[in-house]
Amino acid sequence: MNETQQPTIAETVPAGTPPDEAHDEHTAHDVAKHIRTYLMVGATLLTFTAITVFLSYINFGTQKANVAVAMLVATVKAGLVAAIFMHLSSEKRMIYRILIFTFFFVFGLFWLTYLAWYDPITR
Amino acid sequence: MEIPYTVTARPDTGLWNAKVGIWLFLASEVMLFGGLFSAYVFLRLDADPGAWPHGLLNVPVGTMNTAILIASSVTVVMAWASLKMRRFRAYWWYMLVTILCGVIFLGVKLIYEWPQKFDHFGAFIKKDALEKYEQYLGNHHLAEKGLPPRTEISGHLHNTAALHDENVKEYEIALDPVNAEPTNPLMDRPHFLPLPHTDKIAKVEKEDVEYSSMFLPKHSAYFASYFTITGLHGAHVLGGVIVFTYLWLPVGTKLYKRNPEHLANRVEVAGLFWHFVDLVWIFVFPLFYLL
Repeated sequence: MNETQQPTIAETVPAGTPPDEAHDEHTAHDVAKHIRTYLMVGATLLTFTAITVFLSYINFGTQKANVAVAMLVATVKAGLVAAIFMHLSSEKRMIYRILIFTFFFVFGLFWLTYLAWYDPITR
Repeated sequence: MEIPYTVTARPDTGLWNAKVGIWLFLASEVMLFGGLFSAYVFLRLDADPGAWPHGLLNVPVGTMNTAILIASSVTVVMAWASLKMRRFRAYWWYMLVTILCGVIFLGVKLIYEWPQKFDHFGAFIKKDALEKYEQYLGNHHLAEKGLPPRTEISGHLHNTAALHDENVKEYEIALDPVNAEPTNPLMDRPHFLPLPHTDKIAKVEKEDVEYSSMFLPKHSAYFASYFTITGLHGAHVLGGVIVFTYLWLPVGTKLYKRNPEHLANRVEVAGLFWHFVDLVWIFVFPLFYLL
């Protein structure tokens, strides 16, 4: 079937359903522009997956170095998913305000883990 | 039951309500997985040298599942974009592919990966008996290379009666490659076990065994964290598949006819959840399969 032709079902839809188009950042026109980006990001993520597997076969000297490299690649991938697929690159302020707290507490959690392992008091 | 819903954004925040809702939920999800990941980090940093296992998971299968999950993230964002452009048929197909990706991911996990572990046996040898099993452990070879010693003999347990019967005094194990050829340099840091256990059989006396178990959560801190984190992640994949299926079924078509923007919002919210699940897997895959 030809995807470029409008399907019949769309014509039965009551017109004017999004009443606030001017204030909606995701109008149909904008979305069409983003599709290429979505596909490119998908391809990049798959490439990075292959890179992660490849890098794990290389010995970077210590196990810690291998973990650091793998986590770096994973963080870049996660950043792409969050920024593009989850639209965090252009989101409203309130979402960022929620996420600042999340970041703060997750960072604190891992810092506590580090402290427990490093054990600065009895060491 | 009718759930009250407005498709338009609030004037003060510029956001529609469900979007704020899903982000608050995802923020709590970050803490849930964050707690488990920090537990993983703690257990791993605290493990004795050589005690954290390597190469127990199948890397090609894990890589394939990662690719499937990433592909489904692309298709779900395409499904949403199709709705925004009011192309319902395209939406329907993209959603179907997304659902199938989720089902395949779960199928691989539940039919292949997990049962294969349940069928695997490992016996940790007591310190003073390590020398007796040197031919399976290769610790002299490892010591020469400055690598941490091995204490476990693993493979397929032939006499499963040994698990319960006190009169059976030894385990008969068809060895994993790592114990069949312990001095092979390839086994110094094995990457994955695409090969099944070998034909070489070792007899391990029960009184030499410190602790033994099938590859279950109780086997080790590694498998405890592996099953907990991949299990919780799998439950999220299942949840996503159920929601997507609901939105894909005729209920979704009806909603689209009534108010397409309403369905687009629902797909966007479910999609945000799905991307988060994908994001978690991006960290799970290297941590458990590769490192």
